[in-house]
Amino acid sequence: MSHTTEHEVDQATGKTTTGHQWDGIKELNTPLPRWWLWLFYACIVWSFGYWIVYPSWPLVSGYTSGILNYSARGKLAEDVQTANAIRLKQAEGLENASLESIVGNVQLRGMALAQGKAAFGDNCAPCHGSGGGGGRGFPNLLDDDWLWGGKLTDIQTTITHGIRSPTDESTRVSQMPAFGRDKLLKPDEIRAVANYVRTLAKLAPEPKADLAKGKTVFADNCATCHGNEGRGNPELGAPNLTDPIWLYGSDVETIVTTITNARNGVMPAWAGRLDPTVIKALTVYVHSLGAGSGAGK
Amino acid sequence: MKTLALEPVEDDRLYAPAKKVYPQSVKGRFRRLKWGLLVACLGVYYLLPFVRWDRGPHLPNQAVLIDLANGRFYFFFIELWPQEVYYFTGLLIVAAMALFLANSVAGRVWCGYLCPQTVWTDLFLAVERLVEGDRRERIKLDAAPMSFDKVRRRVLKHFLWLMIAWWTGGAWVLYFSDAPTLVRDLATFRAPLSAYLWIGILTFTTYALAGFMREQVCLYMCPWPRIQAALTDQDALNVTYRYDRGEPRMSVKESVKTAAAGLPAGACVDCFQCVAVCPTGIDIRNGSQLGCIQCGLCIDACDTVMTKIDRPTGLIAYDNDDNIERRLAGKPVVSRIVRPRTILYAAIITLVGGIMTYVLATRQMLAVSSLHDRSPLYVVLKDGSIRNNYAIRLSNKRPYVRGFQLSVEGLPAATVQVADEPAEAVVIGPDRTREVRLLVSVPADRVTAPSVPIKIRITDPLDHETAVASDHFIAP
Repeated sequence: MSHTTEHEVDQATGKTTTGHQWDGIKELNTPLPRWWLWLFYACIVWSFGYWIVYPSWPLVSGYTSGILNYSARGKLAEDVQTANAIRLKQAEGLENASLESIVGNVQLRGMALAQGKAAFGDNCAPCHGSGGGGGRGFPNLLDDDWLWGGKLTDIQTTITHGIRSPTDESTRVSQMPAFGRDKLLKPDEIRAVANYVRTLAKLAPEPKADLAKGKTVFADNCATCHGNEGRGNPELGAPNLTDPIWLYGSDVETIVTTITNARNGVMPAWAGRLDPTVIKALTVYVHSLGAGSGAGK
Repeated sequence: MKTLALEPVEDDRLYAPAKKVYPQSVKGRFRRLKWGLLVACLGVYYLLPFVRWDRGPHLPNQAVLIDLANGRFYFFFIELWPQEVYYFTGLLIVAAMALFLANSVAGRVWCGYLCPQTVWTDLFLAVERLVEGDRRERIKLDAAPMSFDKVRRRVLKHFLWLMIAWWTGGAWVLYFSDAPTLVRDLATFRAPLSAYLWIGILTFTTYALAGFMREQVCLYMCPWPRIQAALTDQDALNVTYRYDRGEPRMSVKESVKTAAAGLPAGACVDCFQCVAVCPTGIDIRNGSQLGCIQCGLCIDACDTVMTKIDRPTGLIAYDNDDNIERRLAGKPVVSRIVRPRTILYAAIITLVGGIMTYVLATRQMLAVSSLHDRSPLYVVLKDGSIRNNYAIRLSNKRPYVRGFQLSVEGLPAATVQVADEPAEAVVIGPDRTREVRLLVSVPADRVTAPSVPIKIRITDPLDHETAVASDHFIAP
């Protein structure tokens, strides 16, 4: 690559110039080493290899796939599969352990909590919230108030079989009648009992509320499930009406609506959708959210 | 001003072929110093992974280990966790300042004596000299036609180079895993693929950089010569040709005649020994320049010649241009090693080193951090009391199991609970970290403000070491 061409020599430095000049200022030729040039060519040659081996050129509908048939999506699917295999292998310890022994063992518990947290985010968070705080109509899992019981086995049963799940025969079932819609109670009775229920939770009734009537209506219609004092019954999923925790709201209108139409919330049964080990992990995780408070013995 | 002359020149336009440098062997004090440093540096590099350091049954016993899988860095009695990697900032500052200090005292000490590029190139050159002979023989061998002897020497040289390069790569991976185990696994082909891959990569880079690239790395790839040129000053001692003594150059015979005629005669006999021994192939007599790594080998070469012809040594020496001018002007030379910049660099080194030592000596062997639940911020319980939940991460940096007491300060009426275990003894394994769920409840009538600052404290009841994390208790 050496040419014999006419080039000016700068006498101050003895160097040739490149022939470039700007406003009379001429550029000295300070050559790069030849190996650098060859590396550059080598990189270009290397890129041809890429074109042959990897997907590279876009076509009208698709792209050149390359002889390795490499695909980033395929690689991801492979990685997910590998990760799942590792996860299941690590979960073996959970498979045969009882819920109590999982909670009692730091290592198993750590594994269950990690797996439970992930499963909760994927499956439960849409209704119960990412932190388990619930929402209107969807129970808060962090407090000490459990509709169907907060012991480990209670939680496991609820997750496995769901609540009023049409797909599971052993699902948790109870049905509050739609007292208004089915004409079991008259509107004035409903308003009276709604006001009475508020007093159970130490909330103020409406000024002209007939609490005596409400008390009678409650004793005749509600106490069977909610108890004479309104403390509820986890066997039937009947909420405690004396605490400040209200699933749908505690104002008179909401309570009237609840009594008129009933609520009867539904949770899907997760048996069959999640494997039993994941349900165990979820149980331990949900139980840990409120540290088992309010679960009773 | 000189002008530009138009004339035809044989001219490699934009790319210059590398001129092969054939450094000649040399003896002398700088050469001895370089051999000593070479043995010391490479000895440390190759053998350090095998040095053991007892840390108890739960931790590795390798003195220097970068345990990437478990996120730990071990250096003798120091163990760093990933969140403490900022200590390296201090180390980097000290290293940079030491480089600047050395530069302001005696120029490119790093380049000439300690840079891995210099050290391995020196070793490769020694092998080359051993197999192919000194400068003259090597030039002859390169020019000679292919012969059995040439092939034999070439094969032997490259084989030895590759062996050294391979050992270099091999030693590198030993810093990342238990060295004796990895050596055994490597030998029995049971080591992980990445180990072989890294050995391969570093074998290649060592072979290429020390065998072929050599001075090209210093001239074209390394940023330090450029930075150094901007950092140096007139008082720094650099390898300098004392042209006050050397010029005009002439042979011994001629100098006798010239001196007899009463004309100035220089001490430089123009023997080109300084150029022949130079590992970057420059002529130091052209003055301080980018290509000079200041290894001092030209000083050794010149001193040898001067001794032979009975002239005083030190025609090339660690000196600077200011002193040359002072001598030319008949003034005494000045040595200013202590000057503002050297004091500043030394002060920064002392300060940062002191801070690092202090931080390291007083660092806590336990840690706690807190993350308040975001959704929801608080929970109302059956009896109306308010509960806040926190994800608490506890770290135990000691090599044995510890139980920490978890408590909350700033909320007199609070009930403190840890999910699934007692808050009085949260057990954390040796050199481990763990997350627990902390639940803090306050009765409704004791809640004073929507947000109360609290401190979450962990204490080891045995050694009373304690750590605190700040957070808030949030109420409606």
